[in-house]
Amino acid sequence: MEFGVIQSDTQGETPHVGTQDDDLIQLLTITGERVHQQTYSPLVEHLDRAALEGLYRDMVLVRRFDTEATALQRHGELGLWPQCLGQEAAQIGSGRALAAQDHVFPSYREHGVGWTRGLDLRKVLHQFRGEDHGGWDPADHNFSLYTLVIGSHALHATGYAMGVQRDGDVGTGNPERDRAVVAYFGDGATSQGDVSEAMVFAAVNDAPVVFFCQNNQWAISEPTERQSRVPLYRRGSGFGIPAVRVDGNDVLACYAVTREALERARSGGGPTFIEAVTYRMGAHTTSDDPTRYRSRAEEDYWRTRDPIDRLKLHLVAEGTAPEFFTALDEEAEAFGEQIRDYCRSIPKAAPSRIFEHVYAAEHSLVEAERAWFDEYEAGFATEGAQR
Amino acid sequence: MSDAGGIQRIPMAKAINLGLRRSMERDNKVLLMGEDIGKLGGVFRVTDGLQKDFGTTRVVDTPLAESGIIGTAIGLALAGYRPVCEIQFDGFIFPAYDQITTQLAKLHYRSRGALELPVVIRVPFGGGIGAVEHHSESPEALFAHTAGLRVVSPANPADAFTMIQQAIASPDPVLFLEPKARYWDKAEVDVTAGDQALDLGGVGGLHTARVVRPGTDVTIAAYGPTVATAMAAAGVAEQEGHSVEVLDLRSISPIDFDTIADSVRRTGRLVVAHEAPVFFGAGAEIAARISEQCFYSLEAPVLRVGGFHAPYPVANIEEDYLPNLDRVLHAVDAVLAH
Repeated sequence: MEFGVIQSDTQGETPHVGTQDDDLIQLLTITGERVHQQTYSPLVEHLDRAALEGLYRDMVLVRRFDTEATALQRHGELGLWPQCLGQEAAQIGSGRALAAQDHVFPSYREHGVGWTRGLDLRKVLHQFRGEDHGGWDPADHNFSLYTLVIGSHALHATGYAMGVQRDGDVGTGNPERDRAVVAYFGDGATSQGDVSEAMVFAAVNDAPVVFFCQNNQWAISEPTERQSRVPLYRRGSGFGIPAVRVDGNDVLACYAVTREALERARSGGGPTFIEAVTYRMGAHTTSDDPTRYRSRAEEDYWRTRDPIDRLKLHLVAEGTAPEFFTALDEEAEAFGEQIRDYCRSIPKAAPSRIFEHVYAAEHSLVEAERAWFDEYEAGFATEGAQR
Repeated sequence: MSDAGGIQRIPMAKAINLGLRRSMERDNKVLLMGEDIGKLGGVFRVTDGLQKDFGTTRVVDTPLAESGIIGTAIGLALAGYRPVCEIQFDGFIFPAYDQITTQLAKLHYRSRGALELPVVIRVPFGGGIGAVEHHSESPEALFAHTAGLRVVSPANPADAFTMIQQAIASPDPVLFLEPKARYWDKAEVDVTAGDQALDLGGVGGLHTARVVRPGTDVTIAAYGPTVATAMAAAGVAEQEGHSVEVLDLRSISPIDFDTIADSVRRTGRLVVAHEAPVFFGAGAEIAARISEQCFYSLEAPVLRVGGFHAPYPVANIEEDYLPNLDRVLHAVDAVLAH
């Protein structure tokens, strides 16, 4: 087929894709050529070169953020960092297809999606610096807090979508009103019962939710083959959910398939399952050592499929001036510096935070323990004054 | 329902049904979800007739998936709804334990107050009905141990009617434990008294304990199904010349320690009775706190009566497991002997 990009025989060693490639949707080859695809090409026709440059800028800046955060972790400024390196196209492409009123339930490496929602990415650092369990108000950008228990939020997204249905914000035909919900999770999460239950609830309720699975090939050290014997997108049919498998390193294809799924959800057509075939180029988190479980050859194979390089080749061929790339490099460098400075300026949480917002209404146990702690702390102050 | 008027003598299951109905009439964001709660009205018929009157989008028959019920209820709450989930039996709550403890209980805290999770989880709990395994358990301590959750249990129809409405009005998630052995006990309920006080604290609030029988020699603290057992024990003790005060705690998280301490300062003796295993149970917490707070008022160690550190037994011997009248009286005699 025309979009047979991921060929298992190109590099000698079989790369870790773990799946057949026949159904992979692709609109941009690894050498930057546009591919025509009957269903999805029309959905990106309106994206002119400036728009493509915008997507490129998104990916470059998100990668700069991600590499800076990784460096900050190495310098002891963050306790942990989950990199999104390599997954920029899946996140930017799908994220840019969303409408402002759509709501996103992310896992914990959806920095690129957060960027497309208008989230100040520096806020993400609060959680990984150990100063907050979140860092932003979900209502500000319709972007929920990160979820660390794998797959839990697929149910939250489905329930939220059931709320959207009850609000009557589905199928009205009004593009300002109709809403969809997106749950982002990885290949490992598809093994979790909650993700299956979410698909059951979504299907039987026709909930306006899109399950966006970034199959980055590895759930820490477990390859996708340890999660599934069939390509993940095929799970959809068992639940009665339309499913599509897309080249997750192709920003245009990710945009197109997500747009199509969102339109179906908003118009009352129910859920969609998207498997974006991509690759986590970094470690699972900075605590991980991928050299213990995957080969250099595999990483090299995927490096040739870098989502940013691919779009750059296309833009250069289409006539984007070299000055664009130079200016963007400078912007990215300045952005990196901002992130570094900000990270070090995040204030330390006050101990009283322990007792704040445990409950929405007063709870006598929390009040009693808070009072005890305040008195205990005040005791040190008095001691100090007496010395 | 208000047409029936005034005070009715109804069983607890009906009282909860009327409380749910009242809450759904008051706030159209309240919706019920669970397995078999629609046409069937729930396996205990607590939701009987509600789907007929409120429709299938407000009384939702869910797929058979407990984690799915709680997880989607979280999403609905985030979208502005007030879901009331039914878990069919106590022993089936564990597939949802992760959603309850890692998500529902913590999202308010994690978001620093930006999110509220007004979700109620109704669970028919406790034993004494001759059921098969997983149908008679008392998991309250596991949930009371989880910060962010509230745990309550009514002991009589009037409280059940009020407390379910208070739980639904609560901005926090509430585990609402319905003592299934008491579902059919009838008592008078004022089902037309204006809107019930929906306060959480204060007199009659969701988290206040109540002296249900005054006494001077011994205090028995109980909740849910064990309150009736404690009342029966107090009656027998009276015939033996002992004045027993009975407290209905009503709330297990938080616990109204002030009411317990007031009582113990008067009686000097405390017995805590619950069906859950004694080890690491609510009684352990109460005994420890009351020992701290009332050390100089206590005439005897605080004794606990409850389940053993064993799985809930087969139905034919459950009477030997449960804190029945004799075992409560045995403890009362023991603290009086000091």
